[in-house]
Amino acid sequence: MPDADPRLYLLAGLALFAIGFYSLVVQTHLLRRIMALNVMGSGVFLAFLALALKAAAPMPDPVPHAMVLTGIVVAVCATGLALALADRVQALEANEETPAPEEPPSAETGSEPEDAG
Amino acid sequence: MIPQLLDGTLVLVVVALAWRALNDRDLFRGVIEFIALGLLLAMAWLRLRAPDLALAEAAVGSGLTGALILSALVRMRRREQAAAGQPAGVATGPWAKDRAKNFSRVLLGALSVAMLGTLAWAALSLPAKARGLTAEALARLPDSGVTNPVTAVLLNFRAYDTLLEIGVLLLAIVGVWALRRGEWPAADLRERPLLLSLLRWVLPLLAVGAGYLLWIGASAPGGAFQGGALLAGALVLALLSGLGRRLLRRGRLVRTGLTIGVLVFGVAGAVALGWTGGLLQYPTGQAGAWILVIEAAALVSIGLTLGLLYLGGRPGEK
Repeated sequence: MPDADPRLYLLAGLALFAIGFYSLVVQTHLLRRIMALNVMGSGVFLAFLALALKAAAPMPDPVPHAMVLTGIVVAVCATGLALALADRVQALEANEETPAPEEPPSAETGSEPEDAG
Repeated sequence: MIPQLLDGTLVLVVVALAWRALNDRDLFRGVIEFIALGLLLAMAWLRLRAPDLALAEAAVGSGLTGALILSALVRMRRREQAAAGQPAGVATGPWAKDRAKNFSRVLLGALSVAMLGTLAWAALSLPAKARGLTAEALARLPDSGVTNPVTAVLLNFRAYDTLLEIGVLLLAIVGVWALRRGEWPAADLRERPLLLSLLRWVLPLLAVGAGYLLWIGASAPGGAFQGGALLAGALVLALLSGLGRRLLRRGRLVRTGLTIGVLVFGVAGAVALGWTGGLLQYPTGQAGAWILVIEAAALVSIGLTLGLLYLGGRPGEK
């Protein structure tokens, strides 16, 4: 199979970046924003790898490949941390906004609005 | 003709799916579309001749990220329902639909399109052929101790990047542990003997697979990251089924496992500094063995870190 046209994938990467950026600002739900950041990152990876393919003399440039590989793993870790933070934000907001006379929000889920330790 | 068709379709579906994943009215469906997007990206990496990345993306990028977001979604929905006493998903839509906000959305859309246009113009005016660093990397490949150029870049030419990255993994898990206490999704295995007997086969196979990927990474697509991703998948399975509980009770062992990557990598760097005068500059002729030791430690840390992220907090009895 002949190589892909790098320009096609380059444009797709930029499109992902733009879509992610738009959604990051427009969407309000924290999970969507975290996903939007991930899509932006994937767009960067796609563009970077398309550029690496341009140097496909005997093989694509391995340096961007190594960077994107670390990037993918770091992105997952950042996502895990962001999700924990989002969860914390939601727990605090739930405590603040709804004093909820008949339903104290801390009682029924069993998923803790958190200990202080 | 066929390859162009494949590329065109793949790219179109990727872009459309990204849009849907982030703007679907139903957040749950959006997350599923996001996972599918990751799998398609793995195919895109293959088309871009990056099989190393396809392996990592399929396991971590779509699999683990998807699992993380899904379990967070369940957790958040449960709390939304409990707090509001109404069906979840009310606050999940885009901005409320009044005119001023619609106007801002249009403005922002125009801005995004303009940004895309500028970037595309810049990208397309780049020369069609680039030299890149392929020649330099291939020229020094015989000295690197491995024959897979990506592994050579990761663990030799730019090893300090990778050292710092393993440090980032450790920081992330420390942050998550500091924020929350983890939740146990465990199923009761006594009710599911079939699952238990399946896992007894699958988990060791996954562990062996991770070791294989680590070993083969010296000469072919694979390495500590891909192996670690596989190990993380095994750990998530173990956590889901409850088998991982016994492992996590041994807190010191787990913490050692989480830090061993950074420790071994850092000590190796310091020893190399004293030996050859360059940080992470391995002694001539021994690079292969050094890389293998570092990668083995990194594999354990990466697998444990990524897998434990799934708990969403520090382990510990309630």
